[in-house]
Amino acid sequence: MAVMKFGGRLLRNLFSKPATKMYPVVPREYPERSRGHIEFDPTACITCNICGKKCPTHAITIDKAARTMTIDRMNCIQCGYCAESCPKKCITIVPGYTAPDAQKVSETFQIPEKPKEQA
Amino acid sequence: MGKRTIVPFGPQHPALPEPVHLDLELEDETVVRAIPSIGYVHRGLEKLAEKRDYNDMIYVMERVCGICSFGHGWGYAGAVEGLMGVRIPDRAECLRVMFHELSRVHSHLLWLGLLADGLGFDSLFMHCWRIREKVLDVFEAITGGRVIMSFCKVGGVRKDLTPEMLKMVKDTCDMIEDEMRKTALVFMKDSSVRNRLCGTGVLTKEDVIDLCAVGPVARGSGVNNDVRTTSEMYRSLGFEPILYDEGDCWSRCMVRVDEIMQSLDIIRNAIANLPEGDVSVPVKGNAPVGDFMFRVEQPRGEAFYYVQGNGTKNLSRARVRTPTNINIPAMTKMLQGCNLQDVSMLVITIDPCISCTER
Repeated sequence: MAVMKFGGRLLRNLFSKPATKMYPVVPREYPERSRGHIEFDPTACITCNICGKKCPTHAITIDKAARTMTIDRMNCIQCGYCAESCPKKCITIVPGYTAPDAQKVSETFQIPEKPKEQA
Repeated sequence: MGKRTIVPFGPQHPALPEPVHLDLELEDETVVRAIPSIGYVHRGLEKLAEKRDYNDMIYVMERVCGICSFGHGWGYAGAVEGLMGVRIPDRAECLRVMFHELSRVHSHLLWLGLLADGLGFDSLFMHCWRIREKVLDVFEAITGGRVIMSFCKVGGVRKDLTPEMLKMVKDTCDMIEDEMRKTALVFMKDSSVRNRLCGTGVLTKEDVIDLCAVGPVARGSGVNNDVRTTSEMYRSLGFEPILYDEGDCWSRCMVRVDEIMQSLDIIRNAIANLPEGDVSVPVKGNAPVGDFMFRVEQPRGEAFYYVQGNGTKNLSRARVRTPTNINIPAMTKMLQGCNLQDVSMLVITIDPCISCTER
């Protein structure tokens, strides 16, 4: 049995830098592989809807007729499965979390028509 | 004999990280009986497995619980791989072991912090969580998620590690070991900690066997039911079950402290002996008619997974039996005869994960 086993550590604390960061003043640096949010490049999309079918929370909707892609940002769980399965790699998952919001945010992208000769 | 009183404990209580309700039947200040009731965070994830493709479902399944997220991913993936008759590459298996042990380190550090908080030793709580933060940084750098890693997939793991990443894991292990040597001394020897923990909530070996307790609760009473003992990969990496015989809160605490140290050794051995090769194999096609059972030793104890295929892409049943579910009867036994002031600490010593329990 001993008393003040933690004393040394506590004394060291007085003279060392804090373990935390002054968050909003010092922004957080994300590592390269961090899964923050999805980015979509509409120009490469072929509206195959693999991402929409694979998404575990059905956060992605592809409307083939209207040529739109909608991401429900609040449903997205950042698993990165869509980015992994996209055949054209037009979905990427990048560091940086989306800002908190009081309302459900969804984003709709218009997918441009492909020129006939490429089709 | 004093007058009997019933005191409600939880679901919202400062000592509880998650909602569970206990009706404590008291005689003066001594607990005579504790009646638990659960059902506050049920989400129906097992039912959801019947509506999703088995490959997509892993991202839902690992969200059963935040702390043992990797274990749930591995358990589900292992069960589906068994059902499909897939053998994963050795490198993937070794990486799974490595990440599972890292999860154990962070889970046990979280628990040690919660225990210190339950004792009223708040500076120790802060320091345990400061050490744990380093593990979470490693998770984010390698897998992309701090808590929900999404690293496991059916057929292996999703990404390979670069040599720099392996070095980072090794350096972090060395750093944690250095810090833990000092912090473990506080749990081992400090009188204010020992006075609260030694001799409190004693669970005998017979009780553990009768009540089928699992994990550090069982190992703290000298019963070895560690699933890792049966794994060839773990044995080759130098795993030995850690057993204490006293059966009190202190021995449950020491099982976890020693398991952190052992996990760090297992991780370092895994890095040194990491096999070369692919990290995943593709798993395609419908799940065959049949079923498969798989067990994983999670930080809290044995978790059991059962999957049943019906010849389609969806499973007809996915069942998860989690360690806290099994440890609740042991907890009520522990509470009998204890003082009211020890209740919050005794509830913490089984490391309750109510999200796991209710799925």
